[in-house]
This record gives sequence, structure tokens and C-alpha cells, in this order.
Amino acid sequence: MIYEGKQKIWQDYQKEIPDDHWYFVRSCIRQNFFPGSEHMFTEITQKVLGRDMYENPYHTTCGGIAYHCDTLPQETAMTIVARQFALMTEAGYENYVASCITSFGNYVEILETWHEFPELEARIRELLWTSCKREFRKPKYLAHTSDLIYHWRNEIAEKAKVRLVDCHTGAPLRMAEHIGCHYAKMFPSKGVGGAEYPYVLAGMIESWGGQVVDYPERRHCCGYGFRQYHMQANRGYCVSNTHKKFESMEPYGIQAILTNCPGCAYFMDRWQYVIAEQTGKTYGPDGFGIPVLTYEELAGLVLGYNPWDLGLQLHQVAVEPLLDTLGVPYDPDAKYLGLNKEDLLRPELPKNLKCF
Amino acid sequence: MLFEELEKDYRFKEGYHTCINCGTCTAVCPAAEFYRYDPRKIVSIVQTRDDAQIEALLRSDTIWYCGECMSCVTRCPRRNGPGLVIMALRDLSVRLGYFTDSEKGRQMLPLTRTFSRNILEYGYCVYPETFAWEDHKESGPVWKWHMDHLEKSLERQGANYKGDGPGVLRKIPQESLDELKAIFDATGATERIRLVEQKSAEKAREMGLSLEEYERKAFTYSSDKHFNE
Repeated sequence: MIYEGKQKIWQDYQKEIPDDHWYFVRSCIRQNFFPGSEHMFTEITQKVLGRDMYENPYHTTCGGIAYHCDTLPQETAMTIVARQFALMTEAGYENYVASCITSFGNYVEILETWHEFPELEARIRELLWTSCKREFRKPKYLAHTSDLIYHWRNEIAEKAKVRLVDCHTGAPLRMAEHIGCHYAKMFPSKGVGGAEYPYVLAGMIESWGGQVVDYPERRHCCGYGFRQYHMQANRGYCVSNTHKKFESMEPYGIQAILTNCPGCAYFMDRWQYVIAEQTGKTYGPDGFGIPVLTYEELAGLVLGYNPWDLGLQLHQVAVEPLLDTLGVPYDPDAKYLGLNKEDLLRPELPKNLKCF
Repeated sequence: MLFEELEKDYRFKEGYHTCINCGTCTAVCPAAEFYRYDPRKIVSIVQTRDDAQIEALLRSDTIWYCGECMSCVTRCPRRNGPGLVIMALRDLSVRLGYFTDSEKGRQMLPLTRTFSRNILEYGYCVYPETFAWEDHKESGPVWKWHMDHLEKSLERQGANYKGDGPGVLRKIPQESLDELKAIFDATGATERIRLVEQKSAEKAREMGLSLEEYERKAFTYSSDKHFNE
């Protein structure tokens, strides 16, 4: 009886994810901070997995960050999103995938609000027609890009050249996962596993040979906080939250962190650098930090891509110890080279956080 | 009257139902750990429907401490969303021009300028040209290196920076930017920008600052009064 009840609850948090024909929209944060991940999503889904992933160059920001920094009225944010849906409709798609958790949360919130208040949807349709002379159908399926990598995780595992295993000991890589607040905290049923048992990242780690490690502050916010980061005066809020998470995970011997949200990947990487420079404390072994990866970066390593093609050189926390653990081949001298091996010099090294 | 204004906001309709003041939201709130901030108290004040108390809230720093992570929504036993109530309070504070009365509220000027420019000029919320390393030193020496070699570093990672067609950091076509401007005009965002500029200019004069000094101070300055012990 209890088991059946659990099965029912779990089924409520499963998500139907169509296998092909997706309309793809990009993330503002990721295009800036993890351009390699944005590039690799289409590379992996189109070229490795052979799926239809259409990108319309006329799409724009969804406005989600500006909205959550309180600079856009709600009707503006909704009409920008309505225009994105219109472009999808005109392109003949009905499956919509966004590569940003803020965007994904924004889309879910808007669709749910329209469902609750149809008069607001009607108003936004009028505003879109007035401003852009466009009409739209709502997506039949809405996904975050990690949902798709999760959906295809076993297919990726079949093509794996690297497993998430310590190549020296054979032990599974000990990984933490961080799903990002706006993935499922507001609308748990829209994420794989919901807010209580999110499985979207854990499923990838397990499928590719790693071990998911729990820790007390696993679900705590990374500390982005929108205006809390974008105003220099407020950034103590951000680093304090990341600090809390790292202090909490410290006893558990975590070797890498997998993130869902563009902001989380950036902040959990960069605040380790700030904590190290301000306090001398580092969370990885021997003065290194703990590498924080996006799901494309992890999938790319599993598929055997060159780490520098994945953009891992843009991390402040050195990834080389992780690559050595996994047995991933790399050329240390090529890390900061441009195309055609052009010399682009090298970044300065931090004082406390060990880097290459 | 202020309560009635809040009731018109769809986020308020979604986030404010039958709060029992249990304090679960405060217990899980990342902002409440850091700032002198208590979402339970905010909802409690709103529940009074008292204009004077709500106006004091709209003029205070308190409403600007929330990080909009929405952790409160997950945990509320009554499916309220104090974070959504905060969004409605902030919106009303801006519309009434009360935001300039608080240090954190005055951040509306640099935020509005940054995001409006990024969206209307580039089509992105965040864009390399406006994310200066000097203002974001936590981004580390690797970001400084990246910015020093921006075009070549992006090219190495497969971006289509400022290029035509699809791809990472592509140039958003002018037709799309024109449509964003039309949306801003039709939906109140352009009027919001004008209001924030006007109210901020008035406050800057009152504080004896140029608007640029006011903007810089809002971006960089934090007094000690905000933090928990």
C-alpha cells in the first residue's frame, strides 16, 4: 500500500518529453558565460543524436532576468514571451525548449497564469497584435534543455567514451547536483521529479557511471537573487548563500558539481574563487576548487570531446584534476589558444585558488 | 486603497490567499538569513489592509531584500507565494514613485538603465559589452582574459558573435529589436523607464547628487543597517 502510494506520487512528477522536433531558444547568461555549452547543446543533439533542433535567429531574450530585477511590467514580460511563441508557431513547431532555468520558470509561470486567468491571455494576444502584428499558439510541450539531455541520457551512455569513474580506483565519481530554484520550486509538476525528488541531473550522473551524493543544503539557492547580484552593493547576499552550500557539502568528499541553471553554474564556480581569495579556504583537494559543470559539459566529456572545445577553459576553478581523475586526455598547452592555435596569452593566476 | 491596488496584480492574486503566519517561508528564505528580512511579517502587514503600514513598506528597504528564488512557494502549507506578493509590492512602489525613499529601492535606476539598454539595443538581458570586468571582479582573472580576447575566445568556443543567422551571441536582427521596442511602448515598459528616470532625477537633486553620481552610489554603496548580526 505504502509502496503503491509512493509509486503514484512519483508518477505525478514524471514528465512527458517528446523524442524529436524541438524549437530551441537560447539563454542570455549561458551565451555570455558558457558559450561552449550553448554551442554544444546543438552540436550534441543535432550531430551526435540526430534530432531536429530548430533555432530561429529572430528570437530574443525572454526578458526573464529584467522581469525578476523588477524593471519590466508583467505585461511586457508576457508579451515578449508571446512573441517567442509566435515565432515557434510560424516555424511550424509545437515542442518548445529553453536553455535557461529563469526562462523555463518564466514560461511555466506565464502559461499557468494564463490558464488561471484567460482574460489576461486575451489581453496579451491583443498587445502582441498591436505591437508586432503576430499571433501564436501555446507550446504543446515545454521543456528545459536539461530535460532533453536527461531524456536521451541512456543514448549518450551507449556512445560514451568516458565513464564517470575514477580511472585509478574504479570508484564512481562522487557528484553533487544543483537543479536551480526556478526549475521546479514554483511549479513542481513541471520538472522531472518535482521539487522534492528532482531527478533530471541525478539521472544523468547515474546513467553515466557516477554517484549522486546528498548533503544538507542540496536544495538551497546558489544566491543569484537577480538584483542581489546585478547590483554590486548586494553581492554579499550571493556569496553568503554559495558559502553556505559549500560549507554544507565539504564533509562529503564531492569531486564535481553538476548544475542545471546558467546562473548557478557561474556563481558556484566564481564564488569559490572569491571565498579562496578572501579567506584562503578552498573546497577541493590540494588548494583546488570543486569543478562546477553544465550538463552539456558533462555530456561532452562522456562523449569524448576535447575539454577546450567544450569551453572548460572559461571556468575559474581548474578542471584539470577532474580530467585526470576521469582519464580524459587533454593538451594543457592548448587551454587558452584561439582557433588555429593562435596565442591569446593566459589569464593571471589567483593568489589562493590553485589554477593552471 | 493600496491593498485594492495590490489585488489587481496577477502575482498577488496567485501568491496571496489564506496566510496563517506560520513562518515556514521565513525559515527557508535565503534572504532572511542574510538581511533583516522576514517574509512572514511582510504578508502579515499586507493582511492588515492598513494604508499607512503598507505605504511604509513600499517606501522601505525591506521589500527589496528578496532574491525571488521562490523557495517560499514550495514550502508554504497553504500554497501562498510571499515572493509573488513581494513582486506586486515592488511593482506598486515603482508605479507610485516610493522606491526612491530607500537605499535598495534607488537601485531601480541602474537596473532599469542596464536591462532596458541590453534588451532594446542588443536583444539580450546580459551582453558582453555592458558586463565590464571592473564592475564584476568576482568574475575572476579568467573573465578578464576572456574580455581582453573576446572575439577570438568566443570564436574558439563556436560562437557566432555579432554574426548573422543562428548561433551563440548572434546579432539580433534589427526587425526583432524594433518589435521589442514596440512591445515596450504598448505594454508600459517605456513609460516605466520614463518614470524611473524622472523620480530618480528628483531624488538625486534632493540628495545633492548628479544623476550619474546617484546611479553609481545606488550600484556600489551598501550601508550596514541591512544585515543580520
